[in-house]
Amino acid sequence: MTSQNPTFYPAEDRVKMAASLRCFLRSGKNAVSALRRQAFHGSAPAAVQVTVRDALNQAMDEELERDERVFLLGEEVAQYDGAYKVSRGLWKKYGDKRIIDTPISEMGFAGIAVGSAMAGLRPICEFMTFNFSMQAIDQVINSAAKTYYMSAGLQAVPIVFRGPNGSSAGVAAQHSQCFAAWYSHCPGLKVVSPWNSEDAKGLLKAAIRDDNPVVFLENELMYGVAFEMSEETQSKDFTIPIGKAKIERQGNHVTLVSHSRYVGHCLDAAAVLAKEGIECEVINMRTIRPMDVETIETSVMKTNHLVTVEGGWPQFGVGAEICARIMEGPAFNYLDSPVTRVTGVDIPMPYAKILEDHSVPQIKDIIFSVKKTLNV
Amino acid sequence: MTSVWRFVSNALCRITGRKVAAPTVSEGSTVVVSNSLNEFTTRASFDIKKCDLHGLEAGPPLKTELSRDEGLRFYRTMQVMRRMELKADQLYKQKIIRGFCHLYDGQEACAAGVEAAIDPSDHLITAYRAHGYTYTRGVSVREILAELTGRRGGVAKGKGGSMHMYAPNFYGGNGIVGAQVPLGAGIALACKYQGNNQICVTLYGDGAANQGQIFEAFNMAALWKLPCLFICENNKYGMGTSVERASASTDYYKRGHFMPGIRVDGMDVLCVREATKFAADHCRTGKGPIIMELQTYRYHGHSMSDPGVSYRTREEIQEVRSKNDPISLLKERMLSSNMASVEEFKEIDIEIRKEVEDATQFATSDSEPPLEELCNHIFSNNPPLQVRGTHPWAKLKSSS
Repeated sequence: MTSQNPTFYPAEDRVKMAASLRCFLRSGKNAVSALRRQAFHGSAPAAVQVTVRDALNQAMDEELERDERVFLLGEEVAQYDGAYKVSRGLWKKYGDKRIIDTPISEMGFAGIAVGSAMAGLRPICEFMTFNFSMQAIDQVINSAAKTYYMSAGLQAVPIVFRGPNGSSAGVAAQHSQCFAAWYSHCPGLKVVSPWNSEDAKGLLKAAIRDDNPVVFLENELMYGVAFEMSEETQSKDFTIPIGKAKIERQGNHVTLVSHSRYVGHCLDAAAVLAKEGIECEVINMRTIRPMDVETIETSVMKTNHLVTVEGGWPQFGVGAEICARIMEGPAFNYLDSPVTRVTGVDIPMPYAKILEDHSVPQIKDIIFSVKKTLNV
Repeated sequence: MTSVWRFVSNALCRITGRKVAAPTVSEGSTVVVSNSLNEFTTRASFDIKKCDLHGLEAGPPLKTELSRDEGLRFYRTMQVMRRMELKADQLYKQKIIRGFCHLYDGQEACAAGVEAAIDPSDHLITAYRAHGYTYTRGVSVREILAELTGRRGGVAKGKGGSMHMYAPNFYGGNGIVGAQVPLGAGIALACKYQGNNQICVTLYGDGAANQGQIFEAFNMAALWKLPCLFICENNKYGMGTSVERASASTDYYKRGHFMPGIRVDGMDVLCVREATKFAADHCRTGKGPIIMELQTYRYHGHSMSDPGVSYRTREEIQEVRSKNDPISLLKERMLSSNMASVEEFKEIDIEIRKEVEDATQFATSDSEPPLEELCNHIFSNNPPLQVRGTHPWAKLKSSS
């Protein structure tokens, strides 16, 4: 358990600023038209800039309001406003009954959360990071994921396990593991990995409303990044279906598939590659399990090339699964070259900045891999 | 005595408050009510063993009343459990039941006594030695045996097996030692959250009592005053390890430290009932969680693959059977208080034998679950989805 105050990582700030700038540039067209609208009509633009943190906060706030069976428990979620401030303001609004601070007892409170879901409540169980969920993984898999099947439909477990997943900045090996592959291995679980604010809000609302155990993998480095959210996405009933990927950018030459933070990296790489005449189709998986293979296959059948990008380790990872699925489906015959996986380096995460930076996919790695795949 | 004399004698006893002058009355029992026209005593009071207390000023009462009807129901319930488990033993040896089979015979008084002290709307969760509780929580012998034999008529359609049987307000049946304890605390949290005045009885064994997650659950249950009745069924052995070899402290009722606890004679169904009533009341009146340690014994080994005699002596097992069997204890009490006759008990035994035989007939003749069921029940309330089979061409379907 890290005892540092996580909101003061200088690296995070730099990343946030860079990401916000990129988002602004990317959404420049929309921002400009929004400004034009404002100047013309004198009213507030329909779209707003919302950080991923605030999007998650709104999602929980709206679902807590909508259904009194929903409650949040975890370490520091109440009076501390959340270790990463994701649950800021919720305790003040909903009180001790609905926002519960737990002792440092992952296995215990995860089990308590699962039990409460079995008995009619709809808990959101926060792990301060998913690294700590390893202590409670038996409750997630054996008590939550498998129960509906073992009981032949008698006992459902409507629970959301959420928290930051994967690498952060300078938190070293025990606090940087990506659990997407581990959880996605197990039937009975849904595993969701949002990238931007719209994903965060829509998918978290859908996860809370889902009657099944959902593992919701956030990313600490994305919390402070702002994205434009359309009027539609601001609605209290806006949800994103679990199990459906989104094409963030259309392209003809190569398909880039990613989840979470690396979707942004893919879009950045695509912007650079576009200048060289290579048009990438970027797919944001949004859900890891059940995987939307059809969207990937349709894209590959158009572009004939596939590069997967993830932060986790390569062996038995998300990219490895995508490769296997592509081989088993219709898209294999459309590949002009083998699938390329861009992944984290197969090592425990080091601490020194230069080492850490080289342990995860960088934009230049994606660009390099695309060119290799296209043989250019 | 003729019935007329008995009538006069009983009437005099009622007037004077004296004990019934029948030579077969057991020590420490008092006839409270006697139906003069019927042969049997309809109500009697019995002394029960004092419970050791931890963190409590007072404990369960030392006397309890039992009606004839209640007594016969207890007998019936315990005898059904006994015969069902012995039948499971038989079926396992015939290889009709596979995998794990953890039998409950010897411990019947625990399940029967606990259920008698709580409401059907209360909640209960236990570990893998669960067939007894599955029955007391309302699942028929038929559905239990059919689940053990893996048939479609089983309570979990054959998909759960021995350790994964469920019913309304009964959460199994849990295979991972100790995991059910935080689950039970969570169910209690839901009771408190919903304000429904229900409690959750959360059972675990002497082996599980050393699990860390149990102490995590104790802490949170006490901190948040959850209406959780933790019960440690101490049958002296965690698999092949005796309590002395596993635990630095074998006073399991004290292990809650800041939580009050009582140690109960788990072979006496009346003791279990009274203690559970006391403990349930403690939880229900907002005092928070409490631990009950039931001192009990299992005749079988840990599971069907354990003969149960490598770590304990046959003499020890025989001693408990002859001196401390829960069903015999109840039967003797009722007979000596003239609450029932030997013939009546025999009749009940015959009925139960038939019930178990019928259930066995069903469990051995019912068909196995259809292969179409294989992938169902992955998700609740979900549109149908495709499930990967053993090879890429096996595209199986899952519906909720």
